[in-house]
Parts: sequence; structure tokens; C-alpha cells
Amino acid sequence: MTTARSATTVPEAGAVVPAGLKGLLPVLLALPVLGLLEWLLRASPFATYLLSVMGVNIILAVSLNIVNGMTGQFSIGHAGFMAVGAYLAGFVSLMLKGVAISFLPEALSDQVFFLLALLVGGLSAALCGFLVGLPSLRLRGDYLAIVTLGFGEIIRVVVQNTDAFGRALGLSGIPQTSGVGMVYFGVFLVVLVARRIAGSSHGRSLWAIREDEVAAEAMGVDTTGYKVRSFVISSFFAGIAGGLFAHFVPIINPGSFTFVKSMEIVVMVVLGGLGSTTGAILAAIFLTLLPEGLRSLFTSLGAEGSLAQKVDQIRMPVYGLLLVALMLSRPQGLFGTKEIWDVLPKWWARRKKGTS
Amino acid sequence: MAQLLQHLINGLAAGTIYALVALGYTMVYGVLKLINFAHGDVMMVGVYMGYATAIGLGRQAQSSLWGVALIFAAAMLGCALLGFFIERFAYRPLREKPRLTALITAIGISFALSYGFQLDLGFKLPLPGGYELSLALPGASPRAFPEIIRPTEWLIIGDRDVVIWNWQVISFLIALGLMLVLQYLVYRTRFGRAMRAVSWDHRVAALMGIPTDRVIALTFMLSSALAAGAGLLYAIKDTSVSPLMGLYVGLKAFVAAVIGGIGNVPGAVVGGLVLGLVEEFVVGYAASTWRDAVAFGFLILVLLVKPGGLFGRVAAEKV
Repeated sequence: MTTARSATTVPEAGAVVPAGLKGLLPVLLALPVLGLLEWLLRASPFATYLLSVMGVNIILAVSLNIVNGMTGQFSIGHAGFMAVGAYLAGFVSLMLKGVAISFLPEALSDQVFFLLALLVGGLSAALCGFLVGLPSLRLRGDYLAIVTLGFGEIIRVVVQNTDAFGRALGLSGIPQTSGVGMVYFGVFLVVLVARRIAGSSHGRSLWAIREDEVAAEAMGVDTTGYKVRSFVISSFFAGIAGGLFAHFVPIINPGSFTFVKSMEIVVMVVLGGLGSTTGAILAAIFLTLLPEGLRSLFTSLGAEGSLAQKVDQIRMPVYGLLLVALMLSRPQGLFGTKEIWDVLPKWWARRKKGTS
Repeated sequence: MAQLLQHLINGLAAGTIYALVALGYTMVYGVLKLINFAHGDVMMVGVYMGYATAIGLGRQAQSSLWGVALIFAAAMLGCALLGFFIERFAYRPLREKPRLTALITAIGISFALSYGFQLDLGFKLPLPGGYELSLALPGASPRAFPEIIRPTEWLIIGDRDVVIWNWQVISFLIALGLMLVLQYLVYRTRFGRAMRAVSWDHRVAALMGIPTDRVIALTFMLSSALAAGAGLLYAIKDTSVSPLMGLYVGLKAFVAAVIGGIGNVPGAVVGGLVLGLVEEFVVGYAASTWRDAVAFGFLILVLLVKPGGLFGRVAAEKV
């Protein structure tokens, strides 16, 4: 019965959209929506900034979730890869600042170069991910945590010692070509990739490694290969996030990519649920808006500076305690490995049953 | 030549401190198979305890022999207590859970301690009799650590080609003494035998009548106390104390433990010395701004060439 039904649906879908285009369809649908969003938000720089930061955080959380959640390895140096992407993309954009493609309108040619810069940033972050992951992913998972943390520190030291990257002062004057549309196009891509991985045979191998590495290896899963690949994909998107970030903040310096930033992303992933893409997205949104919301609340209440500053200060130890509390009470995070659409219908059903 | 000798001495002085902290990582890893991420931050808390004791003693008393002994005792006892509580309330409930859970908890504790200590929070409690108890977190900025060992030059060779400071010798001796005490504890006492049994296989050890919970708690307290001692030596060398020192010293010590082969007690000592020397030579002959990158570059190198560390073996995982 079921086989007959599926046999009829497949050609039906193929008849509506050409098979080659089917994969691209969501992309084509997303572009005009994002363009509209950016156009609507052009009047409010604060909303644009907040939404951009949120988008970058979502990209970071979703990409880290591929390694920490799906593969069960624990990387805590995501900000390092973000820094690689930000600096290299920023550097490329600074080099190409005066250049324009003559047959394109200026805005479009800027976007072409921006995409190029992003690609350079993402690929170099992916290369770094490969170089870092290869030795540490051959070993047991806990080494990866330390090595990635160390990698973040090395990046910081390298940047602080390189004149081309402005040493401790950082890079400024990077063209502000990034916008909400571009950032959320990145979000869209990373979510697409993450969901596609989760449902594919590649993803099944990752889940197997996460659940039991020895058993996975015994079943013929090339554990090192899969781990390194997911690490490279994750670093690539961290690099993209960094590149996007570099093109809407006035200045990037080593202070933006410290251990604190890495921890923030880790907390997002753990809070959302290790292995849940939508969980990571929701946690990223929540943890971006909460400090901003509290800060504006305190500012509007007239607490001049002091309390508003305290929000920033208190954030860090609270994240630490949050991790401990989560591990003790709900180690799977909010959603566990489920996605929001797996959780919500049951919740609705239970609610209805409770009220009736 | 003289320069080489000087670097050798400085490297050894730093290396013994790394070795002491590395011993703590290795011991906890031995009994729990857990990388105690918060180890460096426990050390930092110990240094602040020592700092508070030193301030409380005043300038005169803090540099007397009894004063120094009191500072060390306060820091080490306080840290042992802190280690006990962390083990009891954060790690013990998770002992049978997947290892990732404990690792995340450790990272959380590390983060809570190192950034919690940067807050400007404090309160004053009025006590009867006009006294006032004021408790405050130290705040983010580094503080000068009091000179509990007044720096004097003990040995000068040539025209100040080689200088050995008294604190270098004293800290070397204290570190050596602590290591000997540890060696005695681990290999010559009943507790040490129990600890080695737990590290071998904690379920079998429990069947043999060893109180594993107590042994693990004691191991934690011991490693935390060692960290406090090492942290004080580091603060004397660096003459400063800051909430983030635990993160950096802890990470380097972890690198030292991995270099020696994690879980291996003599390996941790050798790893610490090797790291101290390598760092000193890079700073001395290459570039001092690269100091913080050396340890991690070295770590990645060791993992590539000899993943088990110098003395460790890569054990096949039994299912």
C-alpha cells in the first residue's frame, strides 16, 4: 500500500518542478524574501544591527551543533574559526576596496566581491579546521576540547603579532557591505546544510559516532574521516559567520573572538539541545535578545550605566552556572536531539488533554 | 653559554610549577578518566585565598617563615575544601553519565569561577562589637601579589651573566618537597594503594572493599591542594594575581600533562619541566609575544607525533 503511494507521488513532484531545480527551489524562494526584509529594515540601524548579530550567532550555533551535537565531539574554540573567517574576509575586502566590476552596478559589484571575501574566509577557516581536527580527532573526544581552545589562543596570538591584521588594534574601514539579507541567507544555507546532513547517510554515521564510537567503527564507519569532515564543514560556516560579522561592525579586533565568544556559542548549543538544529536556533535567538533586552530595560528604567554594565559582567558566570545546572538537571538540553516540530505537536496534544 | 644557563634556570623554575599543576590533572584523570577543566581555576581561587591571608597578616608577618607557612596552609586547605565541594555536588552525580556531560560541567565550573571572580560584588556584614565583616569578589583587574619571599639574588656568576634569585630556589625546593610527599602518598600508603586500585578499575576496587567515593573525593582534595601550592609559587614568580590566571596556567599545565602522557605521575613532572624549558627558550631566543602560542603549538605537535605522550601508551579501548 505504502509503496504504491510513494511510487505515484515521486513523478508527480517531478512534474511540477524540474528535478535539477528541486534542490535549489528553497534558495530561489528565500532570496526575494530576504531582500524585502532588508529593504523594510533600512530605516532602523539598531534593529539591523541586532538582527545581524542574531543571525551570525545562529550560524555559529547551528554550525557548532554539527560537531558538538551530531558528532558528539566537543569543540570549544569556535570563535577561533570565526576569527580566521573575519580577518581573512576583511583583509580581502580591504584589498579590493577601490575595485569594481565595470559592467555591473556598483552595489551589485560590491556584493560580488563580498561573496568572494566570504568564500575566502570560509575556506581558510575550513582549512584551519582540517589542520586542527586531523591530529586531535584521531584521539578521544576530550582532547579536541583542549586543542580547539588552544587553537583559539594561537589565532589570537598570531593576529596580535601580524602587521597586516592590525595587531591588537584590529582592522577597521572594512566596507560595510553586509546586511540583514546577506546574513540570513547565510543562516538559511547553514540550516539547509545541517538538516540535509542530519537526514542523510552521512548524518546517520555521525549519530552512530556520537552514540558509540567503538561500535560505529566496528560497523565499518570511517570514524576519523567523518569526524574530520563534519569538523571542516562546521569551521567553514564559522568562517562565513566571521566574514559576515566583519562586514557590518565598524572594527574587528582580537577582543571580539576570545574564549568568551566560544563559550557563548557552546552555551547556545548545549541549551538548545546537543543535536537539535532548531534548538540551537532558538537558544541563539534567546541568548542574543536576553542581554540586549535586559540592557535596554535597565537603561530605560534610568539605571545610568551601572546596572546595564552589570548585565554584560554577570552574563559570563551565569553561562557557566547554566551549563552546570543543565548538566545536572537536563543534560540533553531543551530539545535533546529532537527538532521543534517533533516536540510541539505532543505538547499541544498534552495541553488539550489537560484542559478538556 | 651563560645565557643558556640562565634560560635553563628560569625554565626549570617555571617548569616545576607547571609540573605541580599537571600532577593534579593527571591524578584526577587517573581515578575518574575526566579532564578536570576547572583545575586551573581552583588554583586561582587558592591564590586569592593566599592573597587574602597575606593581606590579613600584614607586611611584617607575611614574609616571616610562619607567615609563609600559614599562607600556604590556608590556601591549600581552602582549596582542598573547594575541591571536595566541586566533586561532591558537580561531578559525583554525573559519574555514571556519558563522559561529555562531566566535561561540560567542568567547563561550566571553570567559566563560573574565572568570570565570577571578575565581578564587582561585595557586601558588608555588621558584627557585634563595632566590627564589620566585609566580603567582596576581587574584581577583574590584576593585583600585585605581596612579596612574601623578599627577592634577593643568591648566586651571581660573572658580570651578572647568570642570576639565581632566592625565590627560584625556594619555589624549586617547595615544589620538589610537594612532589616527594605525593610520591610517598601514592606509593607508600594504604590510601595511595586504594587510589591506584580505583584508577586501575573502580568497579573491581569497590568489590574489594575500597570506599571508592571517599578515595575519589580525597584525590580531588589532594590535587586541589597541590594546585593551590603551585598557584602560590606562580604568583610569587609573576608577582601578580588575576582571575584569568587559572585559565592560562591551567591550560599550559594540561599541555604538560598530555606531553608526559595523561594519567602518568612521573610523566606529568617531566612534561612540566619540558614545557617550562621549551617556553623559556622560545621566549629567550625567538619572540616573547609568542609565549602563549608555544604551549598549544607544542601540544598539537605531540598529538601528531606521539599521541599517547612521552610516557603514556595509547591503550586499546575495551568494550
